[in-house]
Order: sequence, then structure tokens, then C-alpha cells
Amino acid sequence: MLIKDGIPTAEDLASVCPSEERLAKGPIAITECFQNIACNPCTKACPQHAISMEPDINALPKVDPDKCIGCRVCVAKCPGLAIFVVDMTYSEEKALVTIPYEFLPVPAKEQMVTGLNRSGEELGSFKVNRVTSGGKTNMTWMITLEVPKNLAMEVRNIRVGV
Amino acid sequence: MIREVEVMVIGGGPAGLCAAQAAASAGAHVLLCERDGVPGGQLVKQTHKFFGSERQYAGDRGIFIGQRLVQEVRENPNIELLTDATVLGMYEDGVVTVLKDDRHLKFRPKKTIVSTGAAEKFLSFPNNDLPGIYGAGAVQTLMNVGGVKPADRVVMVGAGNIGLIVSYQMLQAGVDVVSVVEAAPNIGGFLVHAAKLRRAGVPIRTGWTVKEAYGEGKLEGVILCQLDEKWQQIPGTELDVPCDTLCLAVGLTPLAELCWQAGCHMEFIRELSGHVPVTDENLMTSVEGIYAAGDVSGIEEASSAMVEGRLAGYAVAVSLGYDTENSQKEVDAARKELSELRSGPMGGKIRAGLAKVAEKRGEAVC
Repeated sequence: MLIKDGIPTAEDLASVCPSEERLAKGPIAITECFQNIACNPCTKACPQHAISMEPDINALPKVDPDKCIGCRVCVAKCPGLAIFVVDMTYSEEKALVTIPYEFLPVPAKEQMVTGLNRSGEELGSFKVNRVTSGGKTNMTWMITLEVPKNLAMEVRNIRVGV
Repeated sequence: MIREVEVMVIGGGPAGLCAAQAAASAGAHVLLCERDGVPGGQLVKQTHKFFGSERQYAGDRGIFIGQRLVQEVRENPNIELLTDATVLGMYEDGVVTVLKDDRHLKFRPKKTIVSTGAAEKFLSFPNNDLPGIYGAGAVQTLMNVGGVKPADRVVMVGAGNIGLIVSYQMLQAGVDVVSVVEAAPNIGGFLVHAAKLRRAGVPIRTGWTVKEAYGEGKLEGVILCQLDEKWQQIPGTELDVPCDTLCLAVGLTPLAELCWQAGCHMEFIRELSGHVPVTDENLMTSVEGIYAAGDVSGIEEASSAMVEGRLAGYAVAVSLGYDTENSQKEVDAARKELSELRSGPMGGKIRAGLAKVAEKRGEAVC
């Protein structure tokens, strides 16, 4: 349970997971933010105004599935590193998962890295599809991975090297 | 010689920097005293991104927020910044004494804002004096200011925000964080910080504590054990964890000695983590002209400390008659921001603490 061990439950995740239909349409942001804390940079970050927070700054963020285009800007902006982008339309077998990353070394495009789940357990070796810097002062990297579709909702961190 | 000053701000952390900037931008002349060689307080080692809203620079890293606040203060012609300047005493005749360059300086400020921050608490257990046992703040300073890898294998005690954040920063520095243990039944810090650590493979054990530490001349390991619902150690649950460092992040307590000395009405408020000066809605203490802002008047986030500093700074400006209309607007805006920051479930503790302060203030008046 999240408040006991830091691992969100299936129920927590179900509350933020987009519908199958929406996932089939293209990339979308998933906010794994389950606690009412005073924080709202995600709402300002989104160029599509797809993330809202009502009634105030202590509410949980809500992604409008019709407005979100999965552009990934919010991934590096979230101070809690709690936003991920999943694209189930990448290929027949593979999905793209974008995670925020703040460790060295930063992996290179095409490099194979170890994917980890929300408990830090290894899920396999995956290819880095894209590496984007959050900028000089933001300093969070956005790493996009190619993963089998059945792991798109599981892979949430990486380990680079051994 | 006693030098007259208009506004004195004691402590150049987030609250003090914002207080100085607020009072000075309204037109007051401010002397800001900072004990350390560089201002910024704890912001100088906060490499993580801050929460809150735009007005508190949310999304920016603490270290950059600190740099920005310091730059604003340095560029403000109304602010005189004294670094390596330790305030030693506040006396009943209004004189404040400062140690600077081995000289004992005396000032008589019209208004004083105390923003001295907080100190880390410690934990008692057998062998807690072994080298290798640190406060989390020291470890963070070693890493993020000194550039020193503080440990190879560490156990963190405390899953509040400091314990979680410093654990994550140790991972970034290449330290093996074996476990985070938390005596309380639940994680106290932001769950997004906990989730970040957990998906990097760090187990968080709630309902656990340190039974004892061991080692010949330096720390070699700790015995952890589980606690029951009455916080009593459960025999038979001991776990031997070899490590070279134990990091304590078991809370902060206000550094309010100057307020005591100045004769401010002090109260012990558990929710604010210690003895705090009783302040009014302008953050003025029971002593006319002495204000308190930031952690010194109750442990909270740096975001709130910045807003409290701004509130106190503008309140002082109003009381001195500087740009009163606009300054009063800023005071009101800061109050609104604070109530917003504190309105969620995570603000419950601080709200309860502040309610007690309000009660005590009423008693003092009667």
C-alpha cells in the first residue's frame, strides 16, 4: 500500500489509467499522483491545457483524454516525477513509455537499459527510443523506452549499466 | 557604539531572504544578518524540485530558488547583507548584538524579523555516538555543497520529506541505500517521493526502528526491529543490517533561543515541533516590533517559509509607514497564499498548531 511502502495499489492505478479506447488512439499522459498535496506546476506546464486541478491546488491533477496529445512536456515539469506518457500505438507488439530520469549516466538513444517496475524489480532489457533533456535548470531527463505492450503499465524506472 | 537600523532580519534562509526583500522593496532599510559565509540557508543544498504554486517558484530546484532570492537581495540597494555574522543576543533595551570578524557589534533596530530556522532532532539508542551516524542535513551538506560521497551503504531513519529526499539524493550520488525505516505506521513525507525511491529498489519499512548500532570504533551495522501499535519493540523481529552510515531524519525543532531571550511569549506546541513564539496575524510576537517567520515559529515546508517571510516583511513596512497601501495588499495576498498552501490534508498538523497559537494569544491578551 502506497502510504506504507511507497508502492501504489492496483486500485490507485485504476483511478488514473486511461480507457482502452483512448490508449488505442495515441500517446497520453498518466499522472501517478495519489495524494492531495499543495502543488500545481503540471497544470501550468501543459501547452494543451489538458491537466486541471479542481477546486484548488490541493486537488489531484486530472488529465482530459480528449485534449492530451502525449507531448511529454509535463513529464519533466512534475516536481514529484509522477507523470509518465504511454503510447500503445507505436507498433504491433511494442508500446512507448516515457519516464522522468535524474541519474547519471544518462542513457543514449538505441542503448539497451534494464526496465524496473514500481517496486524496483527488473522486468527485462529494453531499447531507448528517445532521450530528451528537460533543460538546463529543470535538469530532469525524459527517457522513452520501447517495451512489450503488456509491460507498458509496469515499466516505471530504468537502471543503466549494471 | 550602537548603530541604529530600521529593520533587522536575523537569518538568511528562505524566510529571511523573502522578508528582507519585501520590507526593502517597500522602501525600508534592512540589515540582513547571516551566520554562514553564504546566504540561502538550507536552499543551498536542495537539489530537488519544489512543490507549491508559481508564486513559490514551484517546479524550480531549491538551489536555484535560493540563488534567485540571494541575487535579488544583493541587487536591492535598501538591503545591507552581513555574512559570517552571528546574532548573539537581543536585549530588553532593544539592542541586538552580533559577532562579526571577531568584533562585537551592537545595533538598535526599530523592527526585527527573527528567521533563524530550525535544528535537527536526534534519536536515542545504544551506540548512537559511533562515527558514521549523521543527521540527514549533514549528509546533504557533504554531498550537495561539499561534493563528497558521504557513504557506501546507508540506512535512513525517517520517512518524512527530509528522509525520503536525502535518500533519493544519496542514490543519485551513487550510495547504496539499503533501507528507509520509519517508526510511524505510515510514510509521513510526500508519497511521490516515496514512490520514486521504491521504484529505484529501496525498501521503505514503516513500523520499524533502530534498536541499536554496533561497530568497533566506527559504525559497522545496525539492528532494526519492528514496533507494535503502541510503539513498543517487538521481540524476535530484530534484523541485522550491515552498513557504514546511519542517517537520522527524525524531525526538526525551531531554533527559537533569540525569541526566548527577547522575552517573547513562548509556548510548547507539539504540532509545530517545539517551543515557538506566539505570533499574531502579522507574525509579530508578544514583544512590540519583533516578528518571527519561517521554521522558527513552527516546522513547515520551505514554500510556506518564503511566504511567511514576505508577509512579515510587508507587515513591517506597513508599521513603518512605507508604501502602506500596496504593502498591506501584499500582506493580504501572502495570508491568502498561506491558507491555500495549508488547506489540504497535509496541512492538518500545521493548522492544528496554528489554532493552538491563536488560543494562547487570546489567553495572553486576557
